[in-house]
Amino acid sequence: MFTKEAVEKLSAHLGEPDWMLQKRLEAFALWEGMNLPTTSEEAWRRTSLRRFKLDKITPSLNGGGSQEMPSRVSSQLTETPAGGEIVQVDGDTLSYSISDELKEQGVIYCDMSTAVNEHPELVQKYFMTDAVTADEGFFAALHGAFWRGGSFLYVPKNVQMAAPVHTSTWNASGATFSHTLVVIEQGAEAVFSDEFGSETGKGQFMHNGAVELIVGDNASLTYVSIQEFGDNMFQFTHERGRVGRDGKLDWIMSIMGTGLMKAFQTMELDQPGGWGRMSGLFFGDKRQHFDLDTQQNHNAPNTVSDLLYKGAMKHQARSVWQGMIKAKKEAQKTDGFQANRNLLLESSARADSIPGLEIEADDVACTHASTVGKVDEEELFYLMSRGIPRELALRIIVQGFFDPIMQRIPFEGVQQRIAEQVIEKVGSLVE
Amino acid sequence: MSIALEVKDLHVSVEDQQILKGVNITINQGEVHALMGPNGSGKSTLAYTLAGHPFYEPTAGEVIFGGEDLLDLDADERSRAGMFLAFQYPVAIPGVTVANFLRQSINARRKAEDADDKGITIPDFRRLLKAKMAEFNVDQKFAGRYLNDGFSGGEKKRAEILQMAVLEPKMAIMDETDSGLDIDALKIVSDGANRLKESLNLGMLVITHYQRLLNYIKPDYVHVMLDGRIVESGGPELALELEAKGYDWVREKHSQAEAA
Repeated sequence: MFTKEAVEKLSAHLGEPDWMLQKRLEAFALWEGMNLPTTSEEAWRRTSLRRFKLDKITPSLNGGGSQEMPSRVSSQLTETPAGGEIVQVDGDTLSYSISDELKEQGVIYCDMSTAVNEHPELVQKYFMTDAVTADEGFFAALHGAFWRGGSFLYVPKNVQMAAPVHTSTWNASGATFSHTLVVIEQGAEAVFSDEFGSETGKGQFMHNGAVELIVGDNASLTYVSIQEFGDNMFQFTHERGRVGRDGKLDWIMSIMGTGLMKAFQTMELDQPGGWGRMSGLFFGDKRQHFDLDTQQNHNAPNTVSDLLYKGAMKHQARSVWQGMIKAKKEAQKTDGFQANRNLLLESSARADSIPGLEIEADDVACTHASTVGKVDEEELFYLMSRGIPRELALRIIVQGFFDPIMQRIPFEGVQQRIAEQVIEKVGSLVE
Repeated sequence: MSIALEVKDLHVSVEDQQILKGVNITINQGEVHALMGPNGSGKSTLAYTLAGHPFYEPTAGEVIFGGEDLLDLDADERSRAGMFLAFQYPVAIPGVTVANFLRQSINARRKAEDADDKGITIPDFRRLLKAKMAEFNVDQKFAGRYLNDGFSGGEKKRAEILQMAVLEPKMAIMDETDSGLDIDALKIVSDGANRLKESLNLGMLVITHYQRLLNYIKPDYVHVMLDGRIVESGGPELALELEAKGYDWVREKHSQAEAA
């Protein structure tokens, strides 16, 4: 159960210093004062948790490290060998490597618990202090108290990371609380891919994660997240990127799995010249429910944000995208764009698309676009008139729909894997 | 073996409205037939019906092609049997490149012939596409562009010719191929169609409003459609007569015929 004793036990098991225990307990105290969100809260209006039984899910203390990973999870996803790789099951690290080249560059890449012990000054400065904080909500606080596993990447000033790093997080038992913390110092550059998966198991699983991406002045980060949890997974994540002066954050995600997921994804452009792009691809089938809550916050002048989320839904699946662009009073000359495009493969599927603008500055260019549509019969006929059978034509159209996002993924291996998942999901349709 | 397209007493409805009211036409491979007629006479309905668009419902008659009734086949099966519709308005497929689309089209044919076929190899396909693009004056950059997405009118029609060159049909329906083309583009597209006619011994049904196209694609036969029927047939001189006199005399002649 989620108790104060469980927090203390977890922290002791991980051999954490007292400051981290105290941080956990603070988060726990916050959490105790909160209730499981209900649909009466605006952010949860379209996502009901009535089927979710938190009391049946226990925090994982000892991990499930004996579980075998499906080969696809640990398989090499990048054509050039990763400079570092971490594979975790239920928060325990199963394998870990970092190249000498990255070490020589001064890059720190390790699992999050190791970072707490070996790099306390960095972790204390950045861990749930400025990007994701425990007071953001029920699941942020729960995460703050029970987080376990995940990875830490730190790229020092002016270092262009010689090769990308890749973390795989596998969920084999009840719950995982992975924490990704990426800090790119001034003028540095990095590419990180973060992968999450599980087999569909019995009962309810939960992934309660956090992602913190800190991009310094003139720094650049490409962050790719690939999620393919099993259908019995409930996923709740808080994810936030912060971009410094003339910094760049290219954030790309693929969402295929879970029975229900709710993600809060926020881009903060804190300094002039910051650039942030958010690209999302999601495909729901059966009774999957995806709820994506995005914010593009322009906190300084001359900042640019660009969001494109594309979702396909079939069967009784449902997606919700609720996006907001905010431009503070001082954020003049900002350029914010958001687009959410949805393709319904069957009339039983549903997509809700809710764009929003909150603009306090008067000299900005902020626009949004959202569409929900069916597969165009004329496109199908055109492809069929060239000899392509209907099912294949449908698959080609869906793949084409996702292509603009696929083009933004910097790894061919990841593109291929997502393409395969798309093909599998399109499958055959009842018509 | 040379085959024919035989349309016999074809009746077609769209949303319960009768559009084609008994069309008869036979096109042998290697022949060019022009189909002319005023707007709304049913020309495009015939084109889409022959290609198998589900919106058009045949209610009577048959369309024999290579011994089969095409009306029993889905659009993709008709294409694989050797039919090709060059669209008046080719449809944009965002996110799907010309190259990817053509490779899938070729592979669909191979797969229909042999379920175990692994498809054309990428190098073979690249060679084929490169050669066809060179032959039909299509910029090599075309291969990587999204199909018809943001193409100019001329580019779309050239892409249709390129597809025909790659898919090598036996019978082509050119639905107002001249619409939206300037004279230079018209020459290029007609030249492509003529060369394909020679190399493939293609049968062609050229649908157009204007004599202009028929200066470039020379018909062996000209037909006039009026109110869902072919009412006049003749040689190339019929097109010139229509150009000079318009359709009114055809209308008059046939309204009188109906009245009588």
